Amino acid sequence: MSELHNGNGHGALSLVPKTDVRQTAKDFKTDQEVRWCPGCGDYAILAAVQSFLPELGLRRENICFVSGIGCSSRFPYYMNTYGFHSIHGRAPAIATGLAASRPDLSVWVVTGDGDALSIGGNHLIHALRRNINLKILLFNNRIYGLTKGQYSPTSEVGKITKSTPMGSLDAPFNPISLAIGAEGTFVARTIDSDRKHLQSVLRAAAQHNGTALVEIYQNCNIFNDGAFDPLKDPEVRDDVTIRLEHGQPIVFGADGGKALRRSGFGAFEVVNVADVDPSEIVVHDAHHPDPSLAFALSRLDSPAFEHTPIGIFRQVERPSYDEQMRAQLDEAVTGQGPGDLAALLASGDTWRIDG
Amino acid sequence: MTKQVQQLDRVIIRFAGDSGDGMQLTGDRFTQETASFGNDLSTLPNFPAEIRAPAGTLPGVSSFQLHFADHDILTPGDAPNVLVAMNPAALKANIGDLPRGGDLIVNTDEFTKRNLAKVGYATNPVEDGSLAEYRVHALPLTSMTVGALTDFDISKKDAERAKNMFALGLLSWLYHRPTEGTLAFLERKFARKPDIMKANIAAFQAGWNYGETTEAFSVQYEIKPAVQPAGLYRNITGNVALSYGLVAAGVRSGLPVFLGSYPITPASDILHELSKHKRFGVRTFQAEDEIAAIGAALGASFGGSLGVTTTSGPGIALKSETIGLAVSTELPLLVIDVQRAGPSTGLPTKTEQADLLQVMYGRNGEAPVPIIAPQSPSDCFDAALEAARIAVKYRTPVVLLSDGYLANGSEPWRIPDVDSLPTIDPDFAAPGQEGFQPFKRDPETLARPWAVPGTAGLEHRIGGLEKADGSGNISYDPTNHDTMTRLRQAKIDGIANDIAPLTVDDPSGQARVLVLGWGCTYGSIAAAVRRVRSAGGHIAQAHLRHLNPFPANLGQVLRSYDKVVVPEINLGQLALLLRGKYLVDVIGYNRMRGLPFKAEELAGVIQDVIDSE
Ligand SMILES: Cc1ncc(C[n+]2csc(CCOP(=O)(O)OP(=O)(O)O)c2C)c(N)n1
Ligand code: SF4
Ligand SMILES: [Mg+2]
Repeated sequence: MSELHNGNGHGALSLVPKTDVRQTAKDFKTDQEVRWCPGCGDYAILAAVQSFLPELGLRRENICFVSGIGCSSRFPYYMNTYGFHSIHGRAPAIATGLAASRPDLSVWVVTGDGDALSIGGNHLIHALRRNINLKILLFNNRIYGLTKGQYSPTSEVGKITKSTPMGSLDAPFNPISLAIGAEGTFVARTIDSDRKHLQSVLRAAAQHNGTALVEIYQNCNIFNDGAFDPLKDPEVRDDVTIRLEHGQPIVFGADGGKALRRSGFGAFEVVNVADVDPSEIVVHDAHHPDPSLAFALSRLDSPAFEHTPIGIFRQVERPSYDEQMRAQLDEAVTGQGPGDLAALLASGDTWRIDG
Repeated sequence: MTKQVQQLDRVIIRFAGDSGDGMQLTGDRFTQETASFGNDLSTLPNFPAEIRAPAGTLPGVSSFQLHFADHDILTPGDAPNVLVAMNPAALKANIGDLPRGGDLIVNTDEFTKRNLAKVGYATNPVEDGSLAEYRVHALPLTSMTVGALTDFDISKKDAERAKNMFALGLLSWLYHRPTEGTLAFLERKFARKPDIMKANIAAFQAGWNYGETTEAFSVQYEIKPAVQPAGLYRNITGNVALSYGLVAAGVRSGLPVFLGSYPITPASDILHELSKHKRFGVRTFQAEDEIAAIGAALGASFGGSLGVTTTSGPGIALKSETIGLAVSTELPLLVIDVQRAGPSTGLPTKTEQADLLQVMYGRNGEAPVPIIAPQSPSDCFDAALEAARIAVKYRTPVVLLSDGYLANGSEPWRIPDVDSLPTIDPDFAAPGQEGFQPFKRDPETLARPWAVPGTAGLEHRIGGLEKADGSGNISYDPTNHDTMTRLRQAKIDGIANDIAPLTVDDPSGQARVLVLGWGCTYGSIAAAVRRVRSAGGHIAQAHLRHLNPFPANLGQVLRSYDKVVVPEINLGQLALLLRGKYLVDVIGYNRMRGLPFKAEELAGVIQDVIDSE
């Protein structure tokens, strides 16, 4: 799948130097003490990223993690790469300058649901529409962890928190719908507790040319424990998790007994496989140019997690902002020759005064 | 008809008309003609914030003032000698500035009942005798233009629109300006519309010929070229000079320039200008807002570019948090504030110097930032280079405080020899160091190493949390925070030893009063000082380019005079800093009218202080 998006040599990593040294997860660990609460889902994500990165075979010094502020945003301190722990909500902006000026880097953004969708919402949507080469990992715990438990823009309506003792009033964002609406070219969801799935999504994201948004359901066991339990509980998870795979019929349920079928208004409905003709079962097409399919999939979420898709919703090709910016610079040099400072200063109407 | 030729040493012309009349273009062309003739000059464009205010109204008046002379001059002039008023609104808005006996050229075609009523003239001032104290040249400029263009295949509207070129032609004749530049300009500008091009050229020539043949003008004026140092010259505005300074900083440092910006008057032209220079490897990024703009610039700096962000006061307010991050992470970054009148949206197209305290102190925590202010349009070039030098050498954000007057004003600039420009050494940290410490400082400059991603063996993490001295690891240690706060301050304070001491101009050596300014007031103050001196007064003048840190000798200079006058286009912001730091009771002179000071006004202020001695 990644070849498809990387075949022409314009892939996200084609300009990032490779290493011939064999790497292991240990190479990506720092000597800094990890300070998340014991049991926090962030540990699992950190371990998954550290054990996934060696696969890419990139030089460690050409990988960079940029984060905002929040528990999740402490991530760069624990990665033995270059890292920038910035300010609340602004990581996509800072990473944009880095990625636009350094095609030889693999740039990752780590952000939280408050960081990315509240204070930094504007930067997130603009990064997505620009399609700049950033791999954005959005740790969604549906709560403000670092500030000790206020509700967040992904908290369910009616959430009782310190700042909402009678329940929160505002409707939440669905990050996947938002990203698709913001012209995202790679939009995926995974979950902290499923390392294999998480790494498969990271693998595809890393190779994607442009902005990849990966929502990671992350448990905050202190302030919002069990937020994603239905997707984790071995008793029910297979019944409610829809694992999206490009080119495959969307079938789920412990016994594969449920499927998706198109309903009115472009939406999907859940049906029993036994009740429908196989031709009616939707085949997942993450590469479809029209985002409506991916958007409709994202709308299957419900507060009760009755049927939650995970995996890659959308993965399409569009030139990245940074490669187009480079192309304009190259074109200017090819067309007009490299800049000549003396000629620039003396451009326009000039006159000479003799001494 | 041969005309009498009269020699003048200097002239101030103001072109005024409706926003749609092309007054900025007319002024700009006259300026180019004047520059290439070799006069010294200084300009002051003045235009409304609205793109197209209702035609013929007072808010829609746009003007362009140009002062040119056979000697070196410092300001666009206090008051015009010649006012060109293209409509009643332009007359009404500007006539108050024209001294008695001044020349007034009015376009009578526009003095219709309706247009007069729009601005509250009950009777036509051109006819009712109210302009008797001026030398009025009442000319039907529009109909003369249309008349000259009857043979052209263009609409009546297009013919009427060429009236500014007729006026330009007439003024060009009146002051003996060379015309080749304007003709070439019109050919370029209208290359794709040959009919319009020919019509504009014809209108321009008709204006010139009218001057030559009419009896309305019996005298033609001559202003000899100014004696200026030898060299190649061009006319340049502050925003273009600043942009060139940034390109030059990139070339002289070998660093790619990365500009993150969000459009805002009067800074947008820097974004426009720099986006033309991609062949220098300059990247320009129009961000979604000011926060993203500076964020991207800082991200680029982290990656080893010369990160730059350009804005005006409201944008600085949005960027404050990121400037703090740049202070904390000690990365080079240029923050350019082209100030405009505030607070809030204020007067977007008018000038002010009221962001000094904002850039000095407008951040949380102890967050010192060097501040540099250019003193004239062309000086923006050198100031940009100096800001880049300090930012790179000391790994710090630097604020460059320009303003609307410098940004849009112009003056002749002697083009420097590229080899004479300072070089800037990025001095990147070398790969493969054992036990690399990202916050281990250079003992002399206190600057930390700049280790950019891609450098093997120097992988490290930075951020806005307090860092342990040396290692840069997160540290909550109380004494470490005290140490780091003092180190960041000491680094900036130390720059005082790396900048030129303040020089004082006091030719007689007898002055007891010092006038001290900063930024765009240089020209007005220097012109005022000349007046005072030519009237026999003794006055010392000094001008600050570095506002943080101040030059090392500033305290001693201040204490060498009985009195210190500080004119500022704000309520006394530099004065507050001087009083706080040096305990000197400086005398402020403060006016916020959106315009530069007048030389005469300042001369009076200075003289009063001298007289009170
Ligand atoms: C400008 C600013 N405003 C507010 C804060 C306080 N703050 C820090 S993190 C945070 C929310 C974090 O929530 P989220 O992004 O979901 O991260 P989490 O801690 O849950 O991983 C807030 C409000 C801040 N650091 N800076
Ligand atoms: S507060 Fe929640 S998100 Fe933050 S470290 Fe603790 S468990 Fe993790
Ligand atoms: Mg959160």
